[in-house]
Parts: sequence; C-alpha cells; structure tokens
Amino acid sequence: MSKQQIRQVLKDHGKFSANIDSLADDADLYEAGMTSHASVNVMLALEDAFDLEFPDRMLKRSVFESIDAIHAAIEELTA
Amino acid sequence: MDAMDTSASSPMILAARLVAKEFAAPHANAVDQEARFPLEAVSALKREKLLSAYVPVAMGGAGLSLTELVQVVEILARECAATAMIYAMHQIQVISIVRHAMDNLWYQNYLRELVAHQYLIASVTSEVGVGGEMRRSSCAVEMDGQHFKLVKDATTISYGAQADDLLVTARRNTDAANSDQSLVLVHKADYTLEQKGGWDTMGMRGTCSPPFLMTATGDVAQIIDVPFGDMSAQTVVPVSHLLWGGCWMGCAAAAVNKARAFVRGQARANPGTVPPTALRLAELVSMMQSLRTSVQACLTEYEALSVADDAAVGILTSMGYSLKMNNLKIDATQALPQIVTKALSICGILGYKNDSKFSMSRHLRDAHSAAIMVGNDRILATNANLLLVLKDD
Repeated sequence: MSKQQIRQVLKDHGKFSANIDSLADDADLYEAGMTSHASVNVMLALEDAFDLEFPDRMLKRSVFESIDAIHAAIEELTA
Repeated sequence: MDAMDTSASSPMILAARLVAKEFAAPHANAVDQEARFPLEAVSALKREKLLSAYVPVAMGGAGLSLTELVQVVEILARECAATAMIYAMHQIQVISIVRHAMDNLWYQNYLRELVAHQYLIASVTSEVGVGGEMRRSSCAVEMDGQHFKLVKDATTISYGAQADDLLVTARRNTDAANSDQSLVLVHKADYTLEQKGGWDTMGMRGTCSPPFLMTATGDVAQIIDVPFGDMSAQTVVPVSHLLWGGCWMGCAAAAVNKARAFVRGQARANPGTVPPTALRLAELVSMMQSLRTSVQACLTEYEALSVADDAAVGILTSMGYSLKMNNLKIDATQALPQIVTKALSICGILGYKNDSKFSMSRHLRDAHSAAIMVGNDRILATNANLLLVLKDD
C-alpha cells in the first residue's frame, strides 16, 4: 500500500480541479475542492482498491482530510 | 401543553411568551395575508433582548442553551410561524459566531454590539448557479490589502431587506475551490441589496425571502478563520434542524390545540357521550408526541456531543451523525403537514373556513414549507450517497 496508490484513487474519483500531483501529503483535501459527495466515491474506491472496509467510526471528515490521514487509516485497518 | 417546559420558566421564556401573545399573535394573519415582515413581533423580540439570548453572560447576553432557544422558537411558532422562523434563522447565525469566532477580537466586539443594539442577522448561503446547496459557493472574497469586496447573486435572502447585518458564505479567495468556503459578516452600512424578484408564496409569507444581488465590502477581520465546512457539520446543520424542529413543533401544536378545543366544544354540547372526532384527536395527539420525541431526542444528544472535548473531530463530524440529523429533518417535515391536515379534518368546515377561529389555512400553508424550503429530495439524495459507505457496524 503506497501513498501513490491513494493519490491515484483521488485522481480518479476526487473530482479535483487542482492537480493532485502537486498536492502535499498533508494538504487539506477539502480545501483543494473535494466535496462530501466526492469523498464518498473516494471511500468506495479506496475500499475496492485496498480490499478493506472502513468501519463507521472512521467515516468522518478528519480521517479523509489528507493523503497522510487516509494512509494512517488504511495502515490501522491492515495492521 | 408545553411538554418541553418541565422546569420553572426563566425570564427569557416568560419574555418569549409575552412577545408571542402580545405582539406576534395579533398580527399573524395580516403578516400572512400581506406577505409582510412581522415588524411588531421582531421589534418586541429586540426590546426583550431575545436576539442576544444565546450570547454568553460574560459578554452581556442571557447565555441561554440551545434547548431553551428551541423552546422560544416553539412558543413563537404557536402564534406566528414566520416570526419563529426568522428568530430561528437569526439564532443559527449567532450560534455559529459564538461557537466558532470567539477567539477573534472583531467578533468579540461584534457580539457586545449585538447585545447592545439587538442586530438582526440574515443568512446568505443560496446562490444563482449553486441553488440551495449550502456547501458550495461560486462567489469569492476578493482581497485588497486589509479590505475585501464580495458580490453574491443570492437566490433567496430571508428578511434580507429588514436585517441589520448579513452572514455570507463565499469561496475563501478568488483561487479557492467551490467547496473551500469562508463565512463573512457584513454590516448594513457596508452592503447594498438589489432586489431581483418577489416573495409571493403559499406559506411562510412573513419571512420575506426574495432573491437579491448583494455587493459588500469590509475588513479582513470580518472573515471567520474556521473553514465553513467544519462549522457546517459541527454546528450549522444540526442547529438548523433542531431550531427548525422547534418551529415545526409550534406550528403543529397550534393546529392540534385548535382541534382539541373543537372536540372539547363538541363534548360540552353533548355531555355523556364521546364525540367521534375524539378518536381522531387521540390519533392526532399521538402523532404530535412522536414529533416532539424525535426532536427532543436529537436535541439532548446534540447538547451532549457539542460540549464534548472532541466536538471538533468526534461524532458530530461523522457521516453517521449527518445521516441521523438529515433523518430528523425528513421525518419532522413529513409529519408536520400530516398533523395539520388531520387537525383540519377534525375541525371540518370550521377548519376550512378562513374566518373561523378554527381556521387551518395558515398553519397548513406554513407546514408545507417545511419539506420544500430546504428540499427533502436533496436531503434524501445526500443520505442515499452516505448509505453507499455506511455500514451500521
């Protein structure tokens, strides 16, 4: 599991106007234009790409606010 | 039937009852017929310092809780739903400032001024091209040194013409994404509103909510630091549904109480028998209790969650909580027209007549605003999206 894979999911499903490649790992994805609606598609795509399920307790703003935060959540689930 | 009024009434609650009876009720029909602002009631709310009721005591306010504010809204809605809705919308703005802008000196001063002058704040979230979708903006704060300019083409601003100040959503700056919003307060002296249409609706006519083109300027200190997205999940959305819940309860209670009086009248006319309408009334009061229970349960939960240490990152920001508050809105606003319609059927022709003391016309027309003015289909669509990932695990 790499941050590059997360970036690819964001690129495919996050509906960003900005270029994802130029975004720092700790940049705020909501500030970069990710809507609540798009974030659901990102979650679904992450679940599919990494073959996991996010429990409801993780389905909140802060868990998906940056590439680093998403990475930490996936690490926790696959540890 | 003040089911939420279990303790001794505070001075603010007594003041709300006075305003409702003496200043809202006598003009409610004229406000409705003429689609005019309820000036008498709002002026009385200002005199009684009810517009700053939520401002902390340390800053000169009454320090009421959200639960007490919901009670005030219900008291007003029993007499005039438009007055109650205006009061509720104003309080959503005040609560947003108190909860998210208190570390900003400019806003500390503003709250003291609000206490002194009882400013009425209107909300400017809707926008041409974005519609009622609160979490997206097309307009942007245009910075110029210490000053900003902001132009917003709003599809509706409730009591826009009568407000003293506006709280406006906009993109943080001209480069920001649509969802990267700030909340900005602008003063009446610093904005102009060009009315772009009328407000001739079925109900909630006194809220006076036409479209306006707003042009405003201000100091950068007026831009709240906390992103609007964070405020929205933690405060704006849940507080709106709860305060509106007070409005729906009051509107429903007004209709139910007319039906109760009607059935009592029938019973007195024919002592010793239970009139057939009493059975319908028993069903109606049960529906009313369900509405009250669902608002109260969400209110109690929110009061606890919003003071928790992890309020900013905890349950309030979860998708599961969004789903729950959205369900409250949908359930309450579906129940309200059903309750009023049932009350109408109990009162029969006397409920149908406009010049009868049992008239349901205004209550029914106001009740239909609940599911439409913030569209239930939009909220259901949001929930449908959330349910693609929520698991109830």
